[in-house]
Amino acid sequence: MIEIKGLSKSFGKKPVVENVSLTIQPKAITSFIGPNGAGKSTLLSMVSRLLDSDTGEVFLDQSDVKKMKSNEFAKRVAILRQSNHLNVRLTVRELVAFGRYPYSKGRLTPEDEEHIDRAIEYMTLGDMEQKFLDELSGGQKQRAFISMVIAQDTEYILLDEPLNNLDMKHSVQIMKILRKLVDELGKTVVIVLHDINFASVYSDRIVALKDGRLVKDGPTNDIINSEALREVYDMHIPVQEQDGCRICVYFNSHS
Amino acid sequence: MRLWMLVAATIVLSFISLFIGAIDIKPSDLLDWDSDKTQIFLMSRVPRLMAIILAGAGMGISGLIMQSLSRNKFVSPTTSGTLDAAKLGIVVSMVFFTSVGYMEKILFSFTFALIGMMIFMRLLESIKFKDVIFVPLIGIMYGNIIGAISTFIAYEADVLQSVDTFFLGSFTLVVSGRYELLYVAVPAIILAYLYANKFTVAGMGEDFAKNLGLSYRTVLNLGLVLVAIISTTVVLTVGIIPFLGLIVPNIVSLYMGDNLRKTIPHTIFLGAAFLLMCDILSRLIVYPFEIPVNTTVAVIGSAIFLVMLFRGKAYAKK
Repeated sequence: MIEIKGLSKSFGKKPVVENVSLTIQPKAITSFIGPNGAGKSTLLSMVSRLLDSDTGEVFLDQSDVKKMKSNEFAKRVAILRQSNHLNVRLTVRELVAFGRYPYSKGRLTPEDEEHIDRAIEYMTLGDMEQKFLDELSGGQKQRAFISMVIAQDTEYILLDEPLNNLDMKHSVQIMKILRKLVDELGKTVVIVLHDINFASVYSDRIVALKDGRLVKDGPTNDIINSEALREVYDMHIPVQEQDGCRICVYFNSHS
Repeated sequence: MRLWMLVAATIVLSFISLFIGAIDIKPSDLLDWDSDKTQIFLMSRVPRLMAIILAGAGMGISGLIMQSLSRNKFVSPTTSGTLDAAKLGIVVSMVFFTSVGYMEKILFSFTFALIGMMIFMRLLESIKFKDVIFVPLIGIMYGNIIGAISTFIAYEADVLQSVDTFFLGSFTLVVSGRYELLYVAVPAIILAYLYANKFTVAGMGEDFAKNLGLSYRTVLNLGLVLVAIISTTVVLTVGIIPFLGLIVPNIVSLYMGDNLRKTIPHTIFLGAAFLLMCDILSRLIVYPFEIPVNTTVAVIGSAIFLVMLFRGKAYAKK
């Protein structure tokens, strides 16, 4: 369980995240949503220690993450930021193998190799494992990175806008994979999403931020309704039910 | 390309390098241990060969580490002000601390190179517009500013000429007793290999490195120290060799990728073989005289670099 207590962060004089407290439920997908500049990515970066908070604490199963050794932390929490423009020429397999870095420091044991094989198989990347990342499409590349995170074998997987630059087909594919990670492997996934409908359809819980403050935090269905969404986005968002999923139809709405 | 091909090329070129020169030495001459020819061979030819191999491998590795850490394919000691800073260190020690010995001069040069590189990395962090071409251009401008300071100091102190000769990349002055400093590059290259995985991870960016539990700053600093050591020793013994640190790692990256554990051995041998080839050409074109090797390297290197720029812009960007 990740507990966030009173996190704040300012860049210069501008507060980006203000006094946010929440608890992230284990073995579930939690989506961070909110308008641009709400502080979603900043919050995620602080939880994953990429960014130091000004005030507040983050606890991972009762221990303060700031006091954890980086190597131990890397075995329990993985963070993937928008990495589509990474310009390093590695093969898929080499990239996935680096997921084992916290365990092996690059000297792979047979156990590491097993993890790598399994992660590649899980993401069905077997036939392209010797290809360089720059030879892959956006969706394949994103799968390769998620495969690396699976090899990293952490309980928590944090993703910052993993659907960026992906087409519909690949977005659905990635979200289905994340769902599988939670349902089959018992991972906890925290994800920053821009597309509210992906958040609605795939997540168990939603955290809504606005201007750096926490506005809503609860099960998906408590957030995906017109009243709650008005508070977050300042616009009227009609919600329709389709095959048991709530879909927001906001494209021609009037505020 | 396979590693054994590069090793074989290096061995063949080494053999050629040992047996060309103003004085005709044949392998059979070496049977007479006390002859003049054997003496020349041991005093001049062997040191020269060692210097070429170490300088070639060293500059290749320096470029490779810099490209990995700066995440830019066109950054190298010559396009980031490193060598200019090392030169400034020498000029300062020559002019202001005339009494210092050789060791202190080296330390001066090393310190300046290291500081110069750190400032460059800071510059990189603070610019938002990280275009592949823009970054090395900044590096070149930055290097030229440092170079201008060196020239000004040297001019004022009337040592311009000796400074220029000092840094003209050439192996003509390499004889036993004058090149041994280059061996310092050997442990630095070995360290680079041992830390290869860390450099690769750091090369994927600070966030990425932190995610894998790597202390990014430490690795970055270690890399800069290694590059400073290698470039300083090369600059002080043979002078500035342009382009090598730029093109050799890029050629290797094209066919092998960027996993340093795999590319370091290739970079070492390709760097050595490339410089050997350039040096042999330098010695043959106006035989029995020779042209400075940095001229040959610059001509061949800039041609390769241009091809890479036009053909490989897409590759560097990805």
